[in-house]
Amino acid sequence: MSDALLQARGLTKRYGARLACADISFDLDPGEVLAIVGESGSGKSTLLSLIATELAPDAGTVSYRMRDGVMRDLAGLSKAERRALMRTDWGFVRQDATQGLRMAVSAGGNVGERLMGLGERHYGQIRAQAIDWLDRVEIAADRIDDPPTRFSGGMRQRLQIARNLVTTPRLVLMDEPTSGLDVSVQARLLDLIRRLVAELGLAVIIVTHDLAVARLLSHRVMVMRAGRVVETGLTDQVLDDPADAYTQLLVSSVLAA
Amino acid sequence: MSDMREFRPGADPSSRLPPRSGDDGVAGALPPQAGRGDEASAYNFAYLDEGTKRMIRRALLKAVAVPGYQVPFASREMPMPYGWGTGGVQVTAAILGRSDVLKVIDQGADDTTNAVSIRRFFAKTAGVATTTHTAEASVIQTRHRIPERPLTENQTLVYQVPIPEPLRFLEPRETETRQMHALAEYGLMHVKLYEDISRHGHIATTYAYPVEVAGRYVMDPSPTPKFDNPKMDDCPALQLFGAGRERRIYAVPPYTKVRSLDFEDHPFRVQRFDQPCALCAAEGVYLDEMLMDDSGRRMFICSDTDHCEERRAAGHVGTEGVA
Repeated sequence: MSDALLQARGLTKRYGARLACADISFDLDPGEVLAIVGESGSGKSTLLSLIATELAPDAGTVSYRMRDGVMRDLAGLSKAERRALMRTDWGFVRQDATQGLRMAVSAGGNVGERLMGLGERHYGQIRAQAIDWLDRVEIAADRIDDPPTRFSGGMRQRLQIARNLVTTPRLVLMDEPTSGLDVSVQARLLDLIRRLVAELGLAVIIVTHDLAVARLLSHRVMVMRAGRVVETGLTDQVLDDPADAYTQLLVSSVLAA
Repeated sequence: MSDMREFRPGADPSSRLPPRSGDDGVAGALPPQAGRGDEASAYNFAYLDEGTKRMIRRALLKAVAVPGYQVPFASREMPMPYGWGTGGVQVTAAILGRSDVLKVIDQGADDTTNAVSIRRFFAKTAGVATTTHTAEASVIQTRHRIPERPLTENQTLVYQVPIPEPLRFLEPRETETRQMHALAEYGLMHVKLYEDISRHGHIATTYAYPVEVAGRYVMDPSPTPKFDNPKMDDCPALQLFGAGRERRIYAVPPYTKVRSLDFEDHPFRVQRFDQPCALCAAEGVYLDEMLMDDSGRRMFICSDTDHCEERRAAGHVGTEGVA
């Protein structure tokens, strides 16, 4: 486990007396897709925010293997280093696209922002890369100058993915990327994510309440309930042969179409 | 305190600012009649009380020390509405001495409402000499334009700024923009220029064009046309910026590098005019378009009225000018 990309150790977060995350530890390998599943209020999103250092944990650490191969505690990074890491080596695809995109800026500007943040100062090259990425997420090149306000929900999510992947990050966090989309759009988005993850060898932590999403995308599943991890293991194993009573309930709650 | 107001403008910008005396919270320690003008006016010299001026000077010193950085200050209510130059007026009031000669420009002109009112305001409350001639002025308060005549080390230019934050329209959160300034994360500024090119084929921002000051802070040069941006670079005069409503002061010290942001393949360019000034035949100056009659006849004349008058007095005549 010494070559893990990300290590969480004993992550704990309380909101007042309420426990949101209790002593959560896991390792994530490079190129591995980990799904965090559980019902609403189980602490999944809090856990994701703790990993992304958007929330400070009450206890525990998150360490990440930087590009130079050194494992570093994220809390020990300076704010500048942390922000630089988040916008180059990490991506964050939000449930609500309006939070992950600049809605007043064109699609091309949204995709180009990270490049310009890295110091790219050649308009032609920024635009060429934006067109390339829009194509890879199946957005027509002639939509490049439209703002995301004119995009459908599915297109917005795909634009968010392009915006995050343009700097070829190694780790992408996704918070319910498919919720609120109708099933056919969901299927297309999941296909796209699966293809990009395989092509780029991305490590992904995906939070979802939809077990089908977990089954389709992830290698491993972590089941959460009331702030605790109740079961963890290979996706097939956990979903086909759940050991924990709560996981059994969760799996049996899925309606067959 | 009276000797404090007698300092003369000099090459060193700090000579304009009085030395700090002792404790910071000394407003109450000032003599009750401090700064009262000889004209026995009901106003303190230059309207603001000495405590307020001192607070503004402290902000100015910090602004000069950190070029382009927006220093918060406790902006006061002024007897004019926000948007009419309350920030510029407060800065001018804080730096004005008895021997100063004040010029006020609005859109390049000395004779528009805003310019006339502010000039009168200081003539009345400070009793200072006023002028419309750039060469004679020691303090020039401006909205929009930098005079065509090159400024000197003995002059201070005070800008009235409506919105000091260059990142504001892309990032509405003040906490976030401060963070971005602190960490010099200015990628977003280029997103704005990118949007311009993608929409118009070229950088269409013609005023409030963002600049990088002394290789560090990105600054909004207030609503000056980008035509004037090159004049800010390496300027011998001290440039002070006051935003009254937004309560920010920032500065460009003399001889400081001011670079307009751009892309490698879309470099910064100022607008060119096809014809010289119709009154004084000046070229390479900023021109205003004037409608002449109901049939749409128009002419282009100098935006800097003082510059135009001086040229005409020197015998230059344009196509519409009178010899």
